[in-house]
Amino acid sequence: MTIPTSLITLVLGMVLVLGGLWVGQNVNLLPVDASSNAPVYDALFQVLFSIGTILFVGVTGLLIFSLVRFRRLPGDQGDGVAIEGNLPLEILWTAIPAVVVLFVGIYSYDIYERMGGMTPLNGHEAMHGDASSLMLAEHQSHGDAMAAPALLREGPGSSSTLLADDPGEAQPERVWGGISSAAGDALPVELTAMQFAFIFHYPDSSITSGELHVPVGRPVQLRMEARDVIHAFWVPQFRLKQDVIPGQPTVMSFTPTRPGTYPIVCAELCGPYHGGMRTNVVVHEQEAFEAWIRQNAPAAPSTVALAAAPPTG
Amino acid sequence: MTVASPESFQGSLQPQGWLRYFSFSLDHKVIGLQYLVTGFIFYLIGGALAGVIRTELASPISDFISRETYNEVLTLHGTVMIFLWIVPVVNGGFGNYLIPFYVGARDMAFPRLNAVAFWMIPPAGILLISSYFISGAAQSGWTAYPPLSITTPAAGQVVWILSVLLLGGSSIFGAINFIATVLKLRQPGLKLMQLPMYCWAMLGTSILVVLSTPVLAGTLILLSFDIVAHTGFFNPALGGNVVVYQHLFWFYSHPAVYIMVLPAFGLVSEILPIHARKPLFGYTTMVYSILGIVFLGLIVWAHHMFTSGTPPWMRLFFTIATSFIAVPTGIKFFNWLATLWGGKIALNSAMLFSCAFIFHFVFGGITGVALAQVPFDIHVHDTYFVVGHFHYIVYGGTVFVIFAAIYHWYPKFTGRMLNEDLGRLHFLLTFVGFNLCFLPQHWLGLNGMPRRVAEYDPAFTTLNQASSIGALLMAISTLPLLYNVIWSAFRGQVAGDNPWRALTPEWLTSSPPPVENWVGAAPLVHEPYAYGVPADQIDLNATSGRDLWSDGRS
Repeated sequence: MTIPTSLITLVLGMVLVLGGLWVGQNVNLLPVDASSNAPVYDALFQVLFSIGTILFVGVTGLLIFSLVRFRRLPGDQGDGVAIEGNLPLEILWTAIPAVVVLFVGIYSYDIYERMGGMTPLNGHEAMHGDASSLMLAEHQSHGDAMAAPALLREGPGSSSTLLADDPGEAQPERVWGGISSAAGDALPVELTAMQFAFIFHYPDSSITSGELHVPVGRPVQLRMEARDVIHAFWVPQFRLKQDVIPGQPTVMSFTPTRPGTYPIVCAELCGPYHGGMRTNVVVHEQEAFEAWIRQNAPAAPSTVALAAAPPTG
Repeated sequence: MTVASPESFQGSLQPQGWLRYFSFSLDHKVIGLQYLVTGFIFYLIGGALAGVIRTELASPISDFISRETYNEVLTLHGTVMIFLWIVPVVNGGFGNYLIPFYVGARDMAFPRLNAVAFWMIPPAGILLISSYFISGAAQSGWTAYPPLSITTPAAGQVVWILSVLLLGGSSIFGAINFIATVLKLRQPGLKLMQLPMYCWAMLGTSILVVLSTPVLAGTLILLSFDIVAHTGFFNPALGGNVVVYQHLFWFYSHPAVYIMVLPAFGLVSEILPIHARKPLFGYTTMVYSILGIVFLGLIVWAHHMFTSGTPPWMRLFFTIATSFIAVPTGIKFFNWLATLWGGKIALNSAMLFSCAFIFHFVFGGITGVALAQVPFDIHVHDTYFVVGHFHYIVYGGTVFVIFAAIYHWYPKFTGRMLNEDLGRLHFLLTFVGFNLCFLPQHWLGLNGMPRRVAEYDPAFTTLNQASSIGALLMAISTLPLLYNVIWSAFRGQVAGDNPWRALTPEWLTSSPPPVENWVGAAPLVHEPYAYGVPADQIDLNATSGRDLWSDGRS
């Protein structure tokens, strides 16, 4: 007896789908997860990988089957069957991808929301409540055109001293958002990116460091600004990346979950030494982090010391 | 019809013989081959630059060339491959050669504009390459993001801008010509929905070029003002905004991806039915999916900027819009698979390259839909994952189609067949080399290797070396092609007028075709894909009745 083609197709389809799901569940292509949004990201990756595997294996299988089954035999001069289209079939393969991409889009939107990407970052809300610095463009509007280039040339701490000269006219700065899900007790850290280094400053303890040290389990709110060209802050183990853009202070939050040392990589071409623009993020246990703060905090924290503090990294 | 006397028609101002390929020729076939050969020379240059990059990356430290030189090389590689190889060849090269045939015209609508468009390319290319030797080339990547492009040495960057402006102008001239030719020079009685699919692809592509390239030109002129005249459009130190540049740049440069792949879609739609001996499946949906890709392609640019601090609503919109490009693209791929299904497929070089295109593009499309998802993109943006992805699209996709098209149309260009064994060797080397080069890069990106770096984490050494070996194989793979193309031009088997027994109008004339394409009246082809009908209904004077490449003599 012959097995009906429709039955074979059904069985092959089920094997393909189950196989794709199995591969998606067992795929291991990503680095270790070390932040609270990394497992969420990895779940999305598994779903995308499953769908991708099913589609890719399906299409490739059909292609190779056709090339073998319908290859022209030597001496055959004939034509294939003259089928110019099949409306139900064409509707089917328009509808299925549409449903799949719609599902993927909605699912990734949900993932993104869980990662905090959809948090409405009120564009004119200051991060620390007070206006610690102004957007460069606002400097211009105050007739201080020469101060803006000066700001770019001077040190990371100098922006606050420079801006302190603006008497009482400070408006809340405009802050752009990346992933931002921090709760109230987030550890604030200020990141200044320049050719070719990341400088981290802890406003609470006046530490300035070339490495990022953070405690495990506590949200970190990173306020980023570039001094010269565009850089990007990327920690592969956190599954997070944010461009650090001159003239556009940006806030991103994350919660480290796994103690260890992970690379911070600049991901935006920033000049000849772009490939060497790397440092580390060290995720400490809570006590170790407090010890690190005690060891490195300047004796008399003040704005003067902060401006002069050399990077320790 | 009235025919001008040979003396007055072949005026002495137009050189004859091989010299016309070096002249300001107005013949669309000559111009098409000028584009193709010029583009291939730039492909070899861009490939050599890629070889320099892969040599540097064979070891994790920056030890082969200086870091500045490395950035110049990667900038030149991207610019040459996009603006001097892929865009001119799939649009200008095959477009000029084929479109007048397909609409039944004797030439393009504006032959002089056509020649001007071509002759803008060699000076632009020479200008770009020579900047490396004279002042140092641009160092800010083919994207030229400010402030980096403002702060790196100005001479190279300004030359880069001039060169890209020339190439963009050439592209716009070409696009205007294609739109006019397809819409206005069609033979009386030939309807739009009877045109071969490549005409639709070129119409869609040309609409994209005309709508988006002027935006790039304006943006680059503003950028040059920032560099030369110290204006502040994109300079944050002077109150400019760098993200505005990214929006304007990608408003052209994402459609540029479709400017590179839509013509390839069109070429594949011509090649597959002929070698599978079947009609093109779903003509109408193919046309509408091209128009859908054109529309969606214009509203997805910000997916290149998900990490640039774009507002959440913008990320959501561009994710959904980008994902939906998969729907019209998917229709085209399913239609091609259905075209193959039940055919009598000749597994020759043209077919092998076309099928490899489907294989690569489906892979690149799947990683593309993944990249459209903001949370996924945030991790892999600006990494080697993206490098792998877009090489699967533009090399595994478009460049494989260019090779397929060379094997398919070479008999028409020269009247001789390419050697099939060398063609298969070329295919095997390219296919293995390409996948070895670019597949590992996806893993590298996922695990922490950013793009455009001269040095990297030593943990990634092995896969980078595998990638470099793949690049070496790709370099070697051009040798059989070059040898084949040159040898076959003189010694290749004589092809006859229609070795593939094809129905599209370019095959219904001699090989190579006469100056005005047909000696008599142009054939009116209402059904370019009418394969599979009984043989006595096919009116094919030149059909040899014998099979394919093996013995295609007429």
